[in-house]
Amino acid sequence: MTTETLPKQENAESSLGVHVKGYLERIKGGELGALPAVFGLIILCVVFSVLRPAFLSAVNFANLFTQGAAVAVIAMGLIFVLLLGEIDLSAGFASGVCAAVLAVLLTLQGWPWYLAVLAAMVTGAVIGLVLGSLVAKLGIPSFVVTLAAFLAFQGVVLLLVKDGTNISIRDETILAIANKNVPPVAGWTALIVGVVAYAAIQLLQARRRAARGLVATPITVIAARVATLAVVSGVAVYVLNLERSRNAALVSLKGVPIVVPLIVILLIVWTFVLRRTAYGRHIYAVGGNAEAARRAGINVDRIRISAFVICSFMASLGGIIAASRANSVDPNTGGSNVLLFAVGAAVIGGTSLFGGKGRALDALLGGAVVAVIENGMGLMGYSAGVKFVVTGSVLLLAAGVDALSRKRAAATGRR
Amino acid sequence: MSQGPILELRGINKSFGPVQVLHDVAFSAYPGEVTALVGDNGAGKSTLVKCIGGIHPIDSGEYFFDGERVHVSGPRDAAALGVEIVYQDLALCDNLDIVQNMFLGRERRSGLVLDEDTMEEMAAKTLAGLSVRTVKSLRQHVSSLSGGQRQTVAIAKAVLWNSKVVILDEPTAALGVAQTAQVLELVRRLADKGLAVVLISHNMNDVFAVSDRIAALYLGRMAAQVKASEVTHAQIVELITSGRSGELGLKNGNGAAS
Repeated sequence: MTTETLPKQENAESSLGVHVKGYLERIKGGELGALPAVFGLIILCVVFSVLRPAFLSAVNFANLFTQGAAVAVIAMGLIFVLLLGEIDLSAGFASGVCAAVLAVLLTLQGWPWYLAVLAAMVTGAVIGLVLGSLVAKLGIPSFVVTLAAFLAFQGVVLLLVKDGTNISIRDETILAIANKNVPPVAGWTALIVGVVAYAAIQLLQARRRAARGLVATPITVIAARVATLAVVSGVAVYVLNLERSRNAALVSLKGVPIVVPLIVILLIVWTFVLRRTAYGRHIYAVGGNAEAARRAGINVDRIRISAFVICSFMASLGGIIAASRANSVDPNTGGSNVLLFAVGAAVIGGTSLFGGKGRALDALLGGAVVAVIENGMGLMGYSAGVKFVVTGSVLLLAAGVDALSRKRAAATGRR
Repeated sequence: MSQGPILELRGINKSFGPVQVLHDVAFSAYPGEVTALVGDNGAGKSTLVKCIGGIHPIDSGEYFFDGERVHVSGPRDAAALGVEIVYQDLALCDNLDIVQNMFLGRERRSGLVLDEDTMEEMAAKTLAGLSVRTVKSLRQHVSSLSGGQRQTVAIAKAVLWNSKVVILDEPTAALGVAQTAQVLELVRRLADKGLAVVLISHNMNDVFAVSDRIAALYLGRMAAQVKASEVTHAQIVELITSGRSGELGLKNGNGAAS
């Protein structure tokens, strides 16, 4: 047996070269991570901007965010369920139900916006509690439970919005979520604060680890990460802060859509939960090997139920965003392609359908790919039919990549 | 060794419905010694181990730990006493790394946040204490480890908690020659550190290579618990297959009849 160092890794081990080599080895071993999504995104963006220069306009860029927001938020919740190797097919219509609850309370009952939003979020959590309990306690496969819920919720939305009419939303605050922008100065400030905070956290962590003699992330890698974040978000904020209005003198339209910081906050919160808390660790453990988790004293049922609660809760937020963007709620809110796009976003982003692998960030990357396809093909004048076929194919492709990388991982002994 | 047993069971009975699996079983494990638990398939080895680990409640009998009578009604009770079981299927999560697996369910926290650094240090210390040098990085996923390395991680996980008794269920069953030797060496080292080790095995070579005592189960009864140095290979095989061997073993031959 080879005798590599263990207790105190040498300094050479923490150098950049080793870090890069380890990353390449992981990719070769089938752990592709976000790579396919990032590549796909770049290729799609290049193709669309060549074919339709309008794709690159500031207006369209802002559209991309508001179009993809609801799906990305729902996908972020779905990741928790997918991490356990389960599925929630009802997430789309769960968002519809929550949006309908919001609309009914807001417009028909005249509740203040915060109470209506709270009611919608509670509705989501309760839905998740019921679904999760059925899966965890009764042992019905999640596929069946949520398929039944998919149908039932479709009916609930119909009942809530009274047979095919739609309920318009007039509350300023709710409408602002997807239709109003953050002032440009605030956008820049938030960006700078965010990047500096990220750099500080990474550096402090590396220093603490180095001080204790543990392998720390090399400074060059940290610099690369911070630079990537700064450039990507910097460009995004810059473009979003450009004037988008056709008649700027009449009405000015610039700044980051409010929904963007909202999503960023959700991303930070859920990333923190998954990576830095015992609860998140237990989610991965249950997804990787439920029996091992049970023997380790983890309450597997509780983890399962909580994942469904988070999923449906996030669906409720997605519903609120969708309602805000559409200015109304109709029986099709959260229906048709919303669920598939959300599952697609998670899988394209690199979350495994087999459980145990995935990050909150996957929802955004995959959500961006889905939004770009939808948006770009819309600009090119393709019909909804073609868009569905293409999105379906991309989802299949992503699931194929997932399955293949899993096989590859098995072949190289990584699973 | 002059020390008394750290773990002692007396008169353990255990039935699953109409089937009585354990009859009046006595069993002891001593600190600093490896006690091999042998027996044919269905002799009740796994049931006995699960009773010790609190997974199956015992029907009747006495459970002594460190000379005091205790009641073990769940895995948590056993863990609290310092009894850890390494199951045959290891119970590791492939998608987590070594440190994460070793602390699974018992994560160190500082406030709300996981204390990764302390956990990594403790894991490194434990592995170093077991003279394990075969893993490259503590942060590599368990899925990338070999069978022997996984076994090592599972054992290290069991000793991380200052446990006093470690029970290993067929740790070498799925391993090649070199890796078996490594794991056996590790088993010996555990005992030398003062732990009471219980080793379940079908392989007589392994048993004689590392154990100080051998306990043979035959059809749910303890046929004999003897010092390894005082018996031969053939005698143990006889105890396993017929329940007795000359002076040793059950008095009336077929234990099931009495």
